[in-house]
Amino acid sequence: MVDQQLKIELGKQGVLVTTIEELYNWGRRSSIWPMQFGLACCAIEMIATTMARYDLARFGAEVFRPSPRQADLMIISGTVTKKMAPQVVRLYNQMAEPRYVIAMGACAISGGPFKQGYNVLKGIDRYIPVDVHIPGCPPRPEALIQAFMTLQKKIDAQPLTGEGRPRHLDAAAQGEFPVPEQGEHDLEPTSNKGVWPVPVVIR
Amino acid sequence: MKSIEEIKSAIEAAIPGAGVELIPNPSPSGQHSLRLAPADAVEVARFLRDDAELAFDFLSNVTGVDWPGKEITEKVKVTRTVTRIVDGVEQQVEETVEEPRKRVEPGCLEVVYHLFSMAKKHGPIVLRMRTVNRTDQVELPSVTPIWRSAEFQEREIFDLYGVVFTGHPDLRRLLMWKGFKDHPMRRDYVDPDDFEYEPTAHDSVLARAAAHKAAIGGVAQKGTGAGE
Amino acid sequence: MTTPAATSAFLREKMEEGWNRPPIMEPDGEAELLEVAMGPHHPSTHGVFRMDLALDGERVIRLKPVFGYLHRNHEKIAEGVSYLASMPYTDRLDYICSLTNNWAYALAVEKLTGQEVPERAEYIRVILGELTRIQNHASSIGFLLQEMGASGTPLMYAFKEREKILDLFESLTGSRMMCNYMRFGGCRVDVSAAWLDAARKVVAGLPGFIDEFENLLSGNEILMARCQGVGILRPELAVNAGVTGPMLRGSGVNYDIRKIDHYGIYDRFRFRVPLGDHGDVYDRYMVRILEMRESIAILNQALKEIPGGSIMDPKAKIRGFRPKPGEAYGRIEAPKGELGFYLISDGGPNPYRYRVRPPSLINLTVLEDMCLGSNVADVVLIFGSVDIVLGEVDR
Ligand code: SF4
Repeated sequence: MVDQQLKIELGKQGVLVTTIEELYNWGRRSSIWPMQFGLACCAIEMIATTMARYDLARFGAEVFRPSPRQADLMIISGTVTKKMAPQVVRLYNQMAEPRYVIAMGACAISGGPFKQGYNVLKGIDRYIPVDVHIPGCPPRPEALIQAFMTLQKKIDAQPLTGEGRPRHLDAAAQGEFPVPEQGEHDLEPTSNKGVWPVPVVIR
Repeated sequence: MKSIEEIKSAIEAAIPGAGVELIPNPSPSGQHSLRLAPADAVEVARFLRDDAELAFDFLSNVTGVDWPGKEITEKVKVTRTVTRIVDGVEQQVEETVEEPRKRVEPGCLEVVYHLFSMAKKHGPIVLRMRTVNRTDQVELPSVTPIWRSAEFQEREIFDLYGVVFTGHPDLRRLLMWKGFKDHPMRRDYVDPDDFEYEPTAHDSVLARAAAHKAAIGGVAQKGTGAGE
Repeated sequence: MTTPAATSAFLREKMEEGWNRPPIMEPDGEAELLEVAMGPHHPSTHGVFRMDLALDGERVIRLKPVFGYLHRNHEKIAEGVSYLASMPYTDRLDYICSLTNNWAYALAVEKLTGQEVPERAEYIRVILGELTRIQNHASSIGFLLQEMGASGTPLMYAFKEREKILDLFESLTGSRMMCNYMRFGGCRVDVSAAWLDAARKVVAGLPGFIDEFENLLSGNEILMARCQGVGILRPELAVNAGVTGPMLRGSGVNYDIRKIDHYGIYDRFRFRVPLGDHGDVYDRYMVRILEMRESIAILNQALKEIPGGSIMDPKAKIRGFRPKPGEAYGRIEAPKGELGFYLISDGGPNPYRYRVRPPSLINLTVLEDMCLGSNVADVVLIFGSVDIVLGEVDR
C-alpha cells in the first residue's frame, strides 16, 4: 500500500503512483454505459437527464446502449408490472458482468403509488439485486445524477480480492437469476428468496 | 341533435320490435342512456351509424361495469288461506300479511357505449347492454364489425370483466398475460396475498393486512414485516 | 380533401362486412415467413410495447400489437379511493401531459356534480393546457426523428424548449412532471403576476423555436423521403376506428373537440384547425407543427385577457365530497386525442366506476392497417407518428 502522503508528494513532482485496484476501478466507474430501457414516467426524467440541461455525458454515461449485452448499468426507470417482471429479469441475465442496477423512483423500489394494483410488482429487488435506490416520483434529474455519483463511489470502494469484491471476480457468485413464471393468478415464485429475504414477522 | 326520446322512437320506427329502454340519468350532466336488448343490438347499432340524420359514425368509449348480485330484504305482502274458527265454525279465510323476505337480486355485467357523430358534430348518446348473469351467460354481441374502435376496448372488457363478445374477430386477453385466470376488475376479485406492511389509514389496506395476518397465522407485525 | 360529410356518405355506400378490417396478406411465392417479436424492450417502442410481426423479407405481412406491460390498474385503484385522491393518479396516465389529464378528469367530475369554474381558473387551464400541448408535440416530434435515425439532435432541441415550459409548471405547481394542479371547480393555487410575466416571456420565445425546428426539419430531404407516402391512413377508416387528435386531422377530418364541445372557454379564442391532406407520416408531423403555432396564438390571447377574481367555485367541496347517484362522461382534446373520463357515482365517496378513454390505445387500433406491406424500418416510423405514451395505453 502506498502512503497517501507520499503519493500526493510524488504527484506534485509529476510522478503518478497508483495501484492496479485504483486504476481498474477508475476505468470501470468512468464509463458506465446504461441500457436504453425505459419503463414508465421515470424514463422521461431519465431522458431529460441525458439532454442538454443536465448533461449526463459529464459522468461518462451518455452512451445508452439498446442491447443488454453492451450495457453495464440497468436503470429500472418506472413501474415493473407482473407482466413485465420476467422480461426485466431476463434482460438482467443477458447483461455481462460487471453490471449494476439503479432502481429509479418509488415504483421500482416498492410499487410506489401503484402498490395496491393487482398487476404491479412490489419492488424489483424481489428478483434482482439493486445497487442504488433513488426515491421520488419521479426523481428529479439531479437525483439521478446523485445516484450515478453514489454508484461511482461504490465502484471505487470495491476491492479486487477478498471479501466484497465485484461479482465478476468471484467465481462462486451467482450469475443467472431465476426468471419468474407467469402463473394463473400471480408470478411464481413471488420473490427470489436468495436476493430478497422475505422480512421476518416479529412476534 | 334529436333528443333521446326522439332517437328512441326513430329506432323503434326503423326496427320494429327492437328492445329499447330509456334509462334516465339524474346527475346534472343529463346524459340519459338507452338500454338495448342484446338480440337486436347489432341491428340498432348499424341503424344509428348509417341513418343519414343521426350518423353516429364515431364510437368513442366502451366501458365495462360490474353489478354484483345483492341481497335485498324487503317486506312483501302475501295472501294466504288459513283455517280459522269463525263463529264456532271452522272456515277457510284469506288474509293478507306482510312478511320480510330475502331476495337475491341477480348480478350482471354491463357494457356502456358512448357514441358521437363526426359528420354532424353532435353527441354523445349512451347505449348500454346487460348480460343475463355474471357466471355462465355472459355473452353480448360485439359491435366491432360496425365500429372498429370497439376492437381493443371489447378485448379489454373481455380480459378484465369476462364478458364474451360474440362476433368479435379476435377475442383474446388484452392487458393481462395469456395464462391468467381471473377477471380482476370485477368487484369480488381478490388479489393474491403478497401484502407488504405499509403505514396507512386506508381501510381496504388495513383489511388486507388483517387477512394476511390471519392467513399466515402471525400475530403482530412491526416495522417492515411482510411475513412468511 | 375528404370532408366529414363525405366520410359519412362513404360509410353508407360501403356496407359490405369487413371493409374496416386489415387485409389478410400472403407472402410472395414460396417465401418463408419470419416471425419477430419487437419489444417489450426495444429502443423505438417508447417504453414497454410489443409488436408481433410476420415478415416476408423486409415486408410486413402481419402485425399484432401486444399490450399490458405497463398495466398499472389505475381504474381499479381509483374505484377504491375518493374522487380527489385519483387526481394525482391521472398525472401518471399520459405522463408527458399531466395537466391536460387533470383537466379532463376535473371536467368529468364537474359534469357529474354540476360545478361551475370561475373565469380566471378557466383561463389558467387554457394557458396550462396549451403549454402542455406545445411541449408534448415538440417532444413527440423529437422522438419521431430519433426513431428515424437523427440521433439526439432534434430531441435535444425539443427538450431544451420543454425544460423552459417545465420550469413554468414547476414554479406554479411544485413539480416538473406530475403537476396535480386542477381541482373540481377550479385550480389549486393562483398564478402570480410574476408567473404570468415569465410565461409571456417563454411564449414570446416559442415562435423562434418552431422556426428553428422547422428550418432544421420540414424541408429536410431525408425526412421527406422517409415520411411522405408512408403509413397512409384513410379518413373513413380513421373515423370508424375512433382515431382522434392530430392523427385524425392528419387524415383530413376536421374534428377538434375544442371547436366541437367548446369546453371551458375555447369559444373565445380565435384559432384554426390544421388539417392534413394525405394522411401519411409527414402530414401528421406537419399537423403537429402547425398546431403548436395555433397554440401560441391561443396563449397570446389568453395571457393578454386573463381576468382577476377567484380561482375556485365557492360551492366546491374538496373534502367529504359525495356526488349524487348518476353518471357523466367528460372529454377534452388532449394533445394525443380525445381523452375522456366516464364516472358512475352511487352516492358514495368513491366512484362506483371510473373509466379512462385512452386516446393512445384507440389510436393504435389502426396500426396494423397502416403498417401492412411496408418495410420494418417504416413500422418504427409509423408507430412513432401515432404518438403514444404507454402509461395511457395500458393504464
Ligand atoms: S415512481 Fe412515479 S414517476 Fe416513476 S414510474 Fe412510478 S409513478 Fe411514474
